[in-house]
Amino acid sequence: MNSAGGTDGARDGRRASEERGSAAEEVADEGADGARGPVRAVVAGHADFATGMISAVALITGRADAYVAMSNRDLGADEIERRMRAIVRESGARVVFTDLPGGSCTLAARRVARDMPELTVVTGVNLAVLLDFVFHDEASGEDAASAAVRRGRDALLVFGGAGGR
Amino acid sequence: MRPSVAAATRCSCSGEPVGVELYRIDDRLIHGQVVVGWGKPLDIGFIVLVDDEVAASEWEQELYRMGVPPDVEVRFESVDSAARALAGYQCDPRPGILLTGDIATMHRLVDATHAIHEVNVGGIHYRPGRVERLRYVFVTPEEEEALRALAGNGVAVSAQDVPAARPVPLEDMLAGRGDA
Repeated sequence: MNSAGGTDGARDGRRASEERGSAAEEVADEGADGARGPVRAVVAGHADFATGMISAVALITGRADAYVAMSNRDLGADEIERRMRAIVRESGARVVFTDLPGGSCTLAARRVARDMPELTVVTGVNLAVLLDFVFHDEASGEDAASAAVRRGRDALLVFGGAGGR
Repeated sequence: MRPSVAAATRCSCSGEPVGVELYRIDDRLIHGQVVVGWGKPLDIGFIVLVDDEVAASEWEQELYRMGVPPDVEVRFESVDSAARALAGYQCDPRPGILLTGDIATMHRLVDATHAIHEVNVGGIHYRPGRVERLRYVFVTPEEEEALRALAGNGVAVSAQDVPAARPVPLEDMLAGRGDA
């Protein structure tokens, strides 16, 4: 799986992508497993968070084509924002899922969304969120994201210990 | 692993201040590596974000507050206001982190206060004109000059992205000799 700026060859990849002046080819390489559909969301986070999450979605649902991955690895804030803007624009994604509130990808996504009111940003994402979202084809980005977030919240459970079940 | 508290012990506070434990240059400012990576082991109670643009924008401030747990106070300062407030931060009973987004801002703050003795280069990433020194440190010739000027004034400059990494002294960093 290729990612938009997050492989071990990130710097080479970045320079190569700048020479092409576009993140589109990196985007186009995403989600090669299974049937191709429109990219509906960007998954962005630290290190291999996004590619890892998307690989799990692919394994479970075969619907990894709904997502495009982005990593903040080795990138400064300006470059993360520039790249996020390009990926959102070129993929047509209506939602950006990120790993941590206050992570650099989340800040970049919110800056992009400030200029694009139709873009929804969801942070603190877990696998349950991303699994649910791929099955909400019909809903608006915001509605699908909200439904997926409810599912993700319900999936956070504690077992064992003195207070466990 | 805790960084040296030399900066705190040299201040003129009464009592036993903890104060600013880390003066960090990081172009992502407040992000996961800072809040979790450094913030947890240092058990920080406050973060001082020194940036003239952010200090002038409520919207940007809200953005940076988003990633900080409620028990950590965030203060936004311009270089001028940070210079005036620095002694107070250094005497704070809580451990804290002071952040700038670039070398020039830290250089201005050091020159304005002469009260910062250690600077951590945490992340300065690629942009045109910058040359790679470490995986997470890219500098222009002017930025390199500014780092050397800091060191020339007795500031201990080293690169270290996360606490578990080995600090890379300035000369090793500029020579590209890191473990990155």
